Amino acid sequence: MQNVDFTLCEGEIHALMGENGAGKSTLIKVLTGVYPEDGEGTIHIKGLDKAAVIRSPQDAQKLGISTVYQEITLCPNLTVAENMYIGRGNNKVMNWKKMNDGANKILQSLDIPATATQQLSSCSIAIQQMIAIARAVDMECKVLILDEPTSSLDDNEVEKLFGMMRDLKAKGVGIIFVTHFLDQVYEVCDKITVLRDGKLVGEFVIEDLPRVKLVAKMLGKELDDMSEIKSENTVYDGDDADQVIYEAEGLQSAAKIKPFNFYIKKGEVNGFTGLLGSGRSECVRAIFGADRVIAGSAKKNGKPVKITKPIEAMKNGIAYLPEDRKVDGIVGDLSVRDNIILALQVLKGFFHPISKSQAYKFADEYIKKLEIKTASADTPIKSLSGGNQQKVILARWLLMNPEYLILDEPTRGIDIGTKIEIQKLVLQLASEGMSATFISSETDEMLRTCSRLVVMRDRKVVGELSGEDLTQNKIMSTIAGGDQK
Amino acid sequence: MQKKKSIFSKGGNTQLLIPIIALLILALFNLIADPGFFKISLGVNSAGDTILSGYLITILDYGSELAILAIGMTLVTAASGGQDISVGAGIAIAGSVILRVLCGGDSRAEELQAPIIVAFLIGCVVAMLFGAFNGILVAYFKIQPMVATLILYTAGRSIAAWINNNELPVIKEPKFAYFGGFIPGVPVPTTFLIALVCVVVILLVLKFTTLGLYTQAVGINESSSRLNGLNPIFVKFLAFVILGLCVGVAGLIKVSRISSINYSVIAKDIEMDAILAVALGGNALSGGKFNMIASILGAYVIQFLTTTLYKFEVQADALPAYKAVVVIILVVISSPVVSDKLSALWKKVKKTPAKEVG
Amino acid sequence: MKKKKFLSLVLIGAMAAVFVVGCGKKAEDTNTDNNQSADQTETTTPDEPDDSGELIKVGIINNDPNESGYRTANVNDLQNFFTEENGYEASFAYSLKNDEQIASAQKFIQDGVDYLLLSAADVSGWDTVLQDAQDAGIGVILFDRTIDADESLYAASIVSDMAKEGETAVNWLADQGLDEYNIIHIQGVMGSAAQVGRTGALDDKVAAEDSWNIVTQQTAEWNAEKAQQIVQSVISAGTPFNVIYAENDDMAKGAVAALDAAGITHGVGKDVIVMGFDCNKWALEELLAGNWNYDGQCNPFQASYIDEVIKTLEKGEEPAEKTIILDEKGFDAETITQDDVDTYGI
Repeated sequence: MQNVDFTLCEGEIHALMGENGAGKSTLIKVLTGVYPEDGEGTIHIKGLDKAAVIRSPQDAQKLGISTVYQEITLCPNLTVAENMYIGRGNNKVMNWKKMNDGANKILQSLDIPATATQQLSSCSIAIQQMIAIARAVDMECKVLILDEPTSSLDDNEVEKLFGMMRDLKAKGVGIIFVTHFLDQVYEVCDKITVLRDGKLVGEFVIEDLPRVKLVAKMLGKELDDMSEIKSENTVYDGDDADQVIYEAEGLQSAAKIKPFNFYIKKGEVNGFTGLLGSGRSECVRAIFGADRVIAGSAKKNGKPVKITKPIEAMKNGIAYLPEDRKVDGIVGDLSVRDNIILALQVLKGFFHPISKSQAYKFADEYIKKLEIKTASADTPIKSLSGGNQQKVILARWLLMNPEYLILDEPTRGIDIGTKIEIQKLVLQLASEGMSATFISSETDEMLRTCSRLVVMRDRKVVGELSGEDLTQNKIMSTIAGGDQK
Repeated sequence: MQKKKSIFSKGGNTQLLIPIIALLILALFNLIADPGFFKISLGVNSAGDTILSGYLITILDYGSELAILAIGMTLVTAASGGQDISVGAGIAIAGSVILRVLCGGDSRAEELQAPIIVAFLIGCVVAMLFGAFNGILVAYFKIQPMVATLILYTAGRSIAAWINNNELPVIKEPKFAYFGGFIPGVPVPTTFLIALVCVVVILLVLKFTTLGLYTQAVGINESSSRLNGLNPIFVKFLAFVILGLCVGVAGLIKVSRISSINYSVIAKDIEMDAILAVALGGNALSGGKFNMIASILGAYVIQFLTTTLYKFEVQADALPAYKAVVVIILVVISSPVVSDKLSALWKKVKKTPAKEVG
Repeated sequence: MKKKKFLSLVLIGAMAAVFVVGCGKKAEDTNTDNNQSADQTETTTPDEPDDSGELIKVGIINNDPNESGYRTANVNDLQNFFTEENGYEASFAYSLKNDEQIASAQKFIQDGVDYLLLSAADVSGWDTVLQDAQDAGIGVILFDRTIDADESLYAASIVSDMAKEGETAVNWLADQGLDEYNIIHIQGVMGSAAQVGRTGALDDKVAAEDSWNIVTQQTAEWNAEKAQQIVQSVISAGTPFNVIYAENDDMAKGAVAALDAAGITHGVGKDVIVMGFDCNKWALEELLAGNWNYDGQCNPFQASYIDEVIKTLEKGEEPAEKTIILDEKGFDAETITQDDVDTYGI
C-alpha cells in the first residue's frame, strides 16, 4: 500500500471501498497496529499534539481505535459478558456481578437481544457481531472500524446494525465502514474513500458520487451496464434444450429440510431463493450429497442415480461450489495449482495422478482464463484475496467440465468486478450447454442470471417463479407468503 | 537437470534447509571436536565378512530404522494432525509375532519353523492390523491421535509378551541376524539397504498415486476435502495402516539385531524420536503439508545427534534432555514470532517496500 | 457406509477379545520347569495341627511379569508354587506402580488373607497399609525388594544382595589374572538396586587397583541396543579394552553384537572377557558355548524360601533371621554344565 491519505471526522460514517486486493484490509491493519507502518506516513488523532505511534493493537485500543472484523474474533465458549470484558480489565480481579450488570446495561442501551450470562455460541451470528461491536463501543472508542460486518447478516439484522451505527454517529464516534454492498453504503454513509491497487483514488461526499461512478472508480474503468448482462447472453438453443439433465423427487437430507422436488434442463440457469436459513443451501447440498440424504430419489439424464456422497455426484457430472469458501472450499496451505486440480484428481482416482506438468498447464490455463491474481501457480491459496480464492474454486469445478454446476453464494464477500465476471461466465457456459443452479443473497443478482427461481421458506419449497413473474416484488411476496396478488 | 531443479525449488527447498542446517552444525561440531568421527574403515567381522565400520556407519545403521518409521509418522501427522505414540509398542508386537512364527512356539527351537519371509509378512500384517485399530479410533471415532494410540502404548508390550507366552525366544539361525546386521559380501549395513528400499517405495508411491495430495488436503481442510469427493476417514485410516507397515519392517530389524526380544525395552521411546524426525524435517505437527525427504533426513539427523552424544560419553539417560534442548531450539526458531522478527529484519536489510496483498 | 461401520465394529470386537484373552492366558500360563519343591510341601502339610484340609490364603503383590525375563521367572515360580496342591489359596496382583500395589494390598487385607507377600515397586509409602495388615493379624513377608519401613511391620524379608552379586563377579574377574583390566562398564537403569550394587563393587575395585581402568562407564538402561551403540562407539574411537562388564544379560548380548560386527573375538581364551548378570537360559548357553565368560545369578526362585518362612510362622515361631539372603551363584564358562543351564537358567 502506498501513499494513502485518509481523513475521518467526528460523527461521520465513512465508507472504505475498493475491489478485493485494493488495500482496504491493509489500511485497516496499519491503523490498528496489526501491520507496522514502515517509516513513511503519520497518523494524527484529535487531542494529540504529535503523530500517534501505533505499533500494536493495544496501542490502537489505547488511542480509542476499535475494530470489528468480518470473522468474529470472540470466544464462543465464554459468556456474552466475559466476551465483552475479556482482555481489557486493568484490575486483575474481576467483579463478576459488576461485569454482568455492566454488560446488560450496554446490551440494553444498544437494543441487543442477548443477556450477559448467555453463552456466546448460543447467539446467532448477527447477535455475535453486534456484541463484538458493543464490546468495541464500550471501550470508549473514538474510531470504530467495521470490516465487512454485514456479510453474514440478513436484511432485518442489517437494519438493526445500521440503527446502532447511526446512534454511535450521533454520539460523535467516527466509523469506518468496509463493505461490498453498494446499497448499504448509500444507506448509511456520509463519505466514501475509494482505493485501487494499493493507491488512493479519492475521497468523495456521498451525494457527489452516484453508484455507477463509484463502481467505475473502483474498477478503474467504465462499467458496462449491469442490467444488460442477461440480454447480451444468447440462450442455449441446441436440439436437446428441453432435455432434463437432473431431476430430484422427494429429496430430503439430514439437515432438516422438507422433501422437495426439483429439475433442471440442459443449458438452464435456475436458482434457489429465500431468506438466510430458509433451506436454500441445504437443498443444493442434498442434490450434491454433501449432507446425508435420508429420503427421495434422483435421476440424471432420465436414468435413476444414487447420490449419497459428493464423489457420486461428481461422477455424474455435478459440481458444487460451497457457500462457505473458507470452511468448505479452499484447502488453505495447498498451492493454487493443487487447489485447481483437486476435484479432477479425485475424480480420476488414486492411481492416476495428474502429472506435474499437466497440473501446471491446467492451472496456468485457468489463471489466465479467469484472470486470477496470484504471484504464481505455487502460491498457497490462503494468501490470495477472497475474490481470487473464489475464482480458484470455480476453476477447480470448471476443470472437471461439469454438466451441471451448483453455485452457492459464489459472489459473497467479493468485489463487484469479480462478481460480474463470475455471473457472465456462468451465463456464457450455460449458453454452451451447461446447466447451473445459482444461489445468492442479492436478489438483483439472481434476477440477472436465472430464468427460473425456486422460492424457499422455512425449509420448504413454497413456489416457483419464471418468465414474467421474475420480479423483485413477486419474489418478495412469495418469500413473505403473501402470494395473493 | 531443469526438472531436478524444479523439484527442489518448488516449495521444498526452504523446508529441506532445516534438517540440512542441523546436519551441518552437527558435522561441523564433530569436525572441530574430533575429525576421527568421520573415519570409515573396512574391517572383518567375526563371521569373516568384510564390512564398513565407523561412527558414520553407525549413524546410517541406526538412523535407518528411524527413517522407516518417519515415513509412516509423516503421513499420519499430515493426515490426522496428531501423532502415533504406540510405535514402540507396535514394534514389540511385530517383533514378537515374527519370533513366534520363526520358533513355532518353542523358544529354544534349534531350527526355523517357518521361512523368515513368511514370519516377516505375518509380522507386517499384524502390525498393520494394529495400525488399523488406531486408524479406526482416530478416523472414524474422531479420537485425538495421541489419546487413541495411548491405548496400545500402554497395552502393546503386554500383548507382545503374551504372544510368546512371556518367554524370550532366541533365534539361532545366523541368517536371521542379517537384517539388523550385515549380509555376507555386502559391506553396508542391511538396515540402510532396507531403509533405501522403503524410501524408494514411498517416493514411487507418492509419485504414481495421489497419496500425497490426498493426505495433505485432508490434513489441511477435512470438510473441503469431503466436498471434493475425498473420503477423509479412509485417508486417515490409510495413513495409520501405512505406519503399521513401517512398524512391521522396523520390528524385523529390531529383533534381528539381537536375534531375540526384550518386551519391556525393545524400541523404547522410539516414537519420540520418530515424531522428532518429522518435526526436524520442518513439518507442522498440526498436520497438513509435508515433505517426506525432509522427514527422512530428520531421522538421520537425530541419529547423528545420538551417536555424537554417545561418542562424548553422555549418559544414555541424559540423552532425552539433550534432544529436548534441540526440540526447544527448533520449535522456537520455527515459531511465528521469530519468523516475523527475522522477516522484518530481512525487510530492513533489503530496504525494499513490502508488497501487500490485501 | 454401513458395511464399513460393521467391519470396524468387528475389528474393535476382535481387538477387545485379544485383550481379554491376553489377560486370561497370563494367569493360567503355568508350564515351566519349576516343581522341585512340590513334594517338600506334601510332607510338611500334615504336620500342621489346625490346618487339616484348610488352605493358607496368601495375597501376592508383584511387579509386572513383563518387566524382564527375571521377573517373568519370578512370577512363574510363585504361580507354580502357591497352588492348592501345595496347600495354598493364592491371589496375585501385578503392577509397576506403588499406589496401585498399595490399593491391591488394601484389598487383600479386606479379603482376609493369612499372609501378604510383597515385592514393592517403590521403597516408601508402605507404613500405613502394613500397620493395617498387622492390626488385622496378617503376616507380611517381603520378597525380592526391601522397603523403608519399620522392621516390626513385617515378619521377614527375602532379598538378593546385589552388592554381593557384584563382589562375586569382581572377585571372579580378579582371579582371571590379567596384566591390565580395561573395562567397558555398561550400567543398568541408574538408581535401581541392581545397578547400585553391581556398579559399587566394580567402582571400589577400580579405585583400589592401578591396573584396573574403566574405558567407558555408561548406562544402557537394561537395553541391548543401547549397549550395542555404546560399545560400537568405543570401538569406533579405537580405545583398547579387554573386559565387558554388563549389568544384565541383554546388555551383554548387545555388546557382543558390536564385538562381532567389528570382528573382535570374545569368550574363553579370546581377546575380550564378557560378563553378564541374571542367568537367562540363553545367556548360560552362551557360556556353555564359550562365547561369554561369566554370568552372575540374581535368584528369582524365591517361592521355596517364602514357603519356609510361612511354615515357621504357622508353627508359631519367629524366623531365625529377619533378613534372608538368597543363595546366588556366579557361573564360569569353563566350569558350567548343561545341568546348571537347565536348573538355573530362567
